[in-house]
Amino acid sequence: MIVTFSADMLAQFAEIVARYPEKRQKSALLPILHIVQAEYGWLSVDAMDKVAAYLAIQPIEVYEVATFYTMYFLEPKGKYVLEICRTGPCCLVGAERIIKHVENRLGVKEGEVTEDGLFSWRGVECMAACGFGPVLQIGPDYTFYENLTEDGVDQLLEQLKEKAQQI
Amino acid sequence: MARKLLLTHIDVPGIEGFEVYRQQGGYRAVEKAVKTMTPDDVVEEVKKSGLRGRGGAGFPTGMKWSFLAKPEGVARYLVCNADESEPGTFKDRYLMTKIPHALIEGMIVSSYALGANTSYIYVRGEMMPQIRILEKAIAEAKAAGFLGKNILGKGYDLEIYVQPGGGAYICGEETALLESLEGKRGNPRIKPPFPAVAGLYGCPTVVNNVESIAATVPIINDGGEEYAKIGIERSTGTKLISASGNLVKPGVYEIELGLPVEEFIYSDEYCGGIANGKRLKAVVAGGSSVPILPANLVFKTANGENRLMTYESLADGGFQTGTMMGSGGFIAYDEDQCIVRNTWNFTRFYHHESCGQCSPCREGTGWMEKVLHNIESGKGSMEEIDLLWDIQRKIEGNTICPLGDAAAWPVAAAIRHFRDEFEWHITHPEEAQKRNFGLAHYAEPRQPVV
Ligand SMILES: Cc1cc2nc3c(=O)[nH]c(=O)nc-3n(C[C@H](O)[C@H](O)[C@H](O)COP(=O)(O)O)c2cc1C
Ligand code: SF4
Ligand code: FES
Repeated sequence: MIVTFSADMLAQFAEIVARYPEKRQKSALLPILHIVQAEYGWLSVDAMDKVAAYLAIQPIEVYEVATFYTMYFLEPKGKYVLEICRTGPCCLVGAERIIKHVENRLGVKEGEVTEDGLFSWRGVECMAACGFGPVLQIGPDYTFYENLTEDGVDQLLEQLKEKAQQI
Repeated sequence: MARKLLLTHIDVPGIEGFEVYRQQGGYRAVEKAVKTMTPDDVVEEVKKSGLRGRGGAGFPTGMKWSFLAKPEGVARYLVCNADESEPGTFKDRYLMTKIPHALIEGMIVSSYALGANTSYIYVRGEMMPQIRILEKAIAEAKAAGFLGKNILGKGYDLEIYVQPGGGAYICGEETALLESLEGKRGNPRIKPPFPAVAGLYGCPTVVNNVESIAATVPIINDGGEEYAKIGIERSTGTKLISASGNLVKPGVYEIELGLPVEEFIYSDEYCGGIANGKRLKAVVAGGSSVPILPANLVFKTANGENRLMTYESLADGGFQTGTMMGSGGFIAYDEDQCIVRNTWNFTRFYHHESCGQCSPCREGTGWMEKVLHNIESGKGSMEEIDLLWDIQRKIEGNTICPLGDAAAWPVAAAIRHFRDEFEWHITHPEEAQKRNFGLAHYAEPRQPVV
């Protein structure tokens, strides 16, 4: 995907770069990648190359980071990516059941996109909410849903479908 | 015992905003420090308080601060570790959501003590809502003159910035965190040099946990000696405990260090007992990295003394019969939980999160994950239990950062205390497979609960 950063995005980039000492603009890489992903849904090679050019670093420095961290998507995903915690403490209170339920309801495997392009799901590691498990989050705002039940998941999916139609 | 210092005002409506926080006595510590104390005075109070790092290692905060190198003309940094990713730990997220100004106030006091003019709060990227909350709190503090140039007219300048991570447990390790803050992969650095000498951008840096930094506020308000009176021996003050698992009331609790573990689990003031009237089988007391304890070692040490929520008492008996306070991630397992499956889950986590620099960690965690999966699904052999033991022993102590140890210890402890359950999986392959996905009554619960 070929991208062009908007004036608004560029203003946000500049504000972030100003947080670090001179010549340390590379520190802005992770925050800027979050902004780019929030805008386009994932990080295309072109988007990463343009971030590299903006920060005056090598493209490889951007790829290294984008592949290391789990939050960056290197391919298109569903509009809503349900990220469900799959780590020990959440499993004690039913996370595995919820994951199965989401998989059944969406009818796609982990990482795949539903036919309507609306949903993907994946298991993620402990999200620092273990006492309120099972939990899931949805980017790019990382809205958080706690104490999940099967019914709750069904309702959430309905809400998201409605929301998608309104936009 | 119900002493609170950090969560005192948690139920006051509007406490997340500057106005209410200030009305409740907020930012007095900044006023006191900046107007009446030298930076060294602040360090001295923190030393006297006996505060130990709340991020997991329990290293004395005042001592860490006094190691900070101070070469002329070189910037110094305070970096707050808000990466909170250790399974079982969720206190920092809670604190930042409910009382963000407690962290910001602590950041100002601590930065002043260290002579830092720019400080960063490194928050795990998934906590976008908390990042917005902190940014708002920073703007409010700045508007009120507690941050920015010439704070309270006393000539001290400070800017605080919030930095998001990208999703990687390893970035909680302090040198990986600094690499990440510099815009790189989160590969831990070889130490020495320690961050106190060469940290962020090669400058002297202190990395502290959210809760450690927030604790400096009551320490400055009441004095280090007062703080040191709370708690027992070298476990001074209060601690936030994240309680999860099969409890009636999981959640975040502030306890005075020294509370008996039994009271923490069963008292209505805290967790209210084990959910659904079940019996307790085991506890992981300090986050997934610390050794699991069977119920018979949770309430009493091997010497028969009451087990207390202190650094010393939890560690009593070493790894043979004790565990660690760690980050205070307290996970309770009821009689239905499968220790083998839990161990496999944790090992899968560490394999997933290994940065891959050291072969014992990169290869060993993957190998353990496979073997544990085999055993858990009823396809294992008795030799594989010994193999697991051997692998974890060869990881421990042989890696650049402590993630290797953190992956090894839970496996060792599970085999040490629940070997019969591993054997059960091997001798009952069909039942193990049938129950592979569900939660089943496997081995006998270790001990009827007192
Ligand atoms: C793999 C690994 C993960 C860690 N994760 C965290 C974390 O999420 N939060 C934290 O405060 N400390 C974490 N630590 C400990 C930090 O390296 C460091 O000791 C701590 O931030 C120091 O702060 P304190 O002295 O205030 O505890 C982790 C350590 C390791 C080895
Ligand atoms: S122990 Fe593991 S996580 Fe730590 S540096 Fe080595 S490979 Fe990376
Ligand atoms: S284990 Fe799911 S949030 Fe911690």
